[in-house]
Amino acid sequence: MREAIEGSAAIAQAVAFCRPQVIAAYPITPQTHIVENLAKFIAEGRLSAELVSVESEFSAASAVLGAAVSGSRAYTASSAQGILLMTEVLYNIAGLRIPLVLTCANRAVGAPVSAWNDQQDSMAVRDAGWIQLYCADNQEAVDTTIQAFRIAERTELPVMVCVDGYALTHTLEPIELPTQELVDSFLPPYHFARSLDPRNPISIGNLVTPEYYTEARYVHHRALERAADEIVAADRAWAEICGRECGGLLAFEGPNDARVGILTLGSVFGTLADAREEYPGIPRVKLIKLRAMRPFPIVAIQRACHGLDDLIVLERALSPGAGGIVGAEVRAALSEIPTPPRVHNFAVGLGGRDMPLSILPRLLETIRTSGPTRFNFFDLELNKVAEEDR
Amino acid sequence: MCVAQKHQERCILMVEIRINGRGGQGNVVSAYILAQAAFASGRFVQAFPSFGPERRGAPVAAFVRISDLPIRRHCQVLHPAFLIMQDEALIHVPHVTEGLRPGGGVLINSAKAAGEFATLPGCRIVTISATRLGEQFLGRPIPNTALLAAFVALTGLLPLEALDNSLSRRFRDATLANNQKLVHEAASRVDAGAWKDIGNA
Repeated sequence: MREAIEGSAAIAQAVAFCRPQVIAAYPITPQTHIVENLAKFIAEGRLSAELVSVESEFSAASAVLGAAVSGSRAYTASSAQGILLMTEVLYNIAGLRIPLVLTCANRAVGAPVSAWNDQQDSMAVRDAGWIQLYCADNQEAVDTTIQAFRIAERTELPVMVCVDGYALTHTLEPIELPTQELVDSFLPPYHFARSLDPRNPISIGNLVTPEYYTEARYVHHRALERAADEIVAADRAWAEICGRECGGLLAFEGPNDARVGILTLGSVFGTLADAREEYPGIPRVKLIKLRAMRPFPIVAIQRACHGLDDLIVLERALSPGAGGIVGAEVRAALSEIPTPPRVHNFAVGLGGRDMPLSILPRLLETIRTSGPTRFNFFDLELNKVAEEDR
Repeated sequence: MCVAQKHQERCILMVEIRINGRGGQGNVVSAYILAQAAFASGRFVQAFPSFGPERRGAPVAAFVRISDLPIRRHCQVLHPAFLIMQDEALIHVPHVTEGLRPGGGVLINSAKAAGEFATLPGCRIVTISATRLGEQFLGRPIPNTALLAAFVALTGLLPLEALDNSLSRRFRDATLANNQKLVHEAASRVDAGAWKDIGNA
């Protein structure tokens, strides 16, 4: 049924349709409403699950790790410092190859303290060995959440569903919610082959000596690479039963003969799409939505950028002292093709800075008037910066 | 209700509204109720609070977009055509009318006449004694239902019944009945359709 509903409430409903048996989370803005809604479903008897109240995000991640490895379908959500406090456990969950779903309601990381949206939190843990999928709107957040459980359980890899804090979590918009029957037909009951069971004892998390550590890391890396097929397959299978897809690894829209492309992650995609309508006089632009950050879809990016003269990579995080994170990876991927586009890499929308429609013509004007930008901050107001720091 | 884009064959029909209030006054709920009412009457909608941490009593805002086409943007509302002020003291907050489109409509919860708000130039002001109406119909000084009803009546953006339906998603029994009575009373206190032309570029 199509409803006008807040993003967090819709995500909670999607999680509930997936019948998680254990949910553990520690409240942090802007993630809070998701778990609040799940707690309400449990209190009202609409969802049968164990809600574990924990004292920190480290414990939340540990609790769902334990639950999943004991054979329960488990879920958690967090943001910002909460994600960072989970980090040690996130690596363990991934390295132990435990299927789990986590919603990251994306938020800037302090200091300076910010409660607002960017994507520094999930980018900071991109190397933890999780699948990372970014959502462009709340419909995708709902559909991706449901797909995530299937992807996780088929690949035995945890999936982080990244949803822009506030811009999506706190925004009410029309969202098509599936039925319980539809989700049940898509997502069979969870069975974990390596489940801990006293009748059939095994041990997990053992010490791995230098003799095997490299091989263990290789296997994990290959599993993530291979997960690309499962991400695409889950999106297709979902589209077959409900008619909606999220773009697999990446999707693009715009004219085929466009010479300029803009690659984004998350909710700014729709803003740029609307901006294209609002400014009809601007050059033709191909908008590329990177959905999978891990596994990183190198070939799909190369194909999407075929024929472009210029590619603008927008990102909501950075690696201080190096520059763009996504930009560096995209540039490396494109260096393998014969005539790669010039890559212009900008950090935008940091710590909740608005990205208005006008960002589109201003970006296009910037790349027209200056050479390739290895990395820069867009919409930077240098007058706010002390002279010696400029 | 169309903003700009006459030069293009596809018109972007969108109205943007800002609800100025104070943390704890329910301005986000108001925004959601208005958006859900518009959605129920066949429009595309979006509603969201001013982003970030909010504190009870501090000036806050919530936003609504109503459109005949899907709304894909997730940026802030910078230039609303309408302001709804939950509290007349808010007009003393610096920049509270910032971004309002020239000639835009400002609906203020106040017992005073519109003419007493001459400090707000370049806009069309309507007042309604929404807190008093809330006390009268709901037994509590809650201005939101009266403000939304007056707004819907002034703009003619949606039928009042759509607002009734939206309220019925949130309230039950006597509370719902009282809110629905309040909708019709508040709507009758303003000049229906007086703001029909606002928002057309």
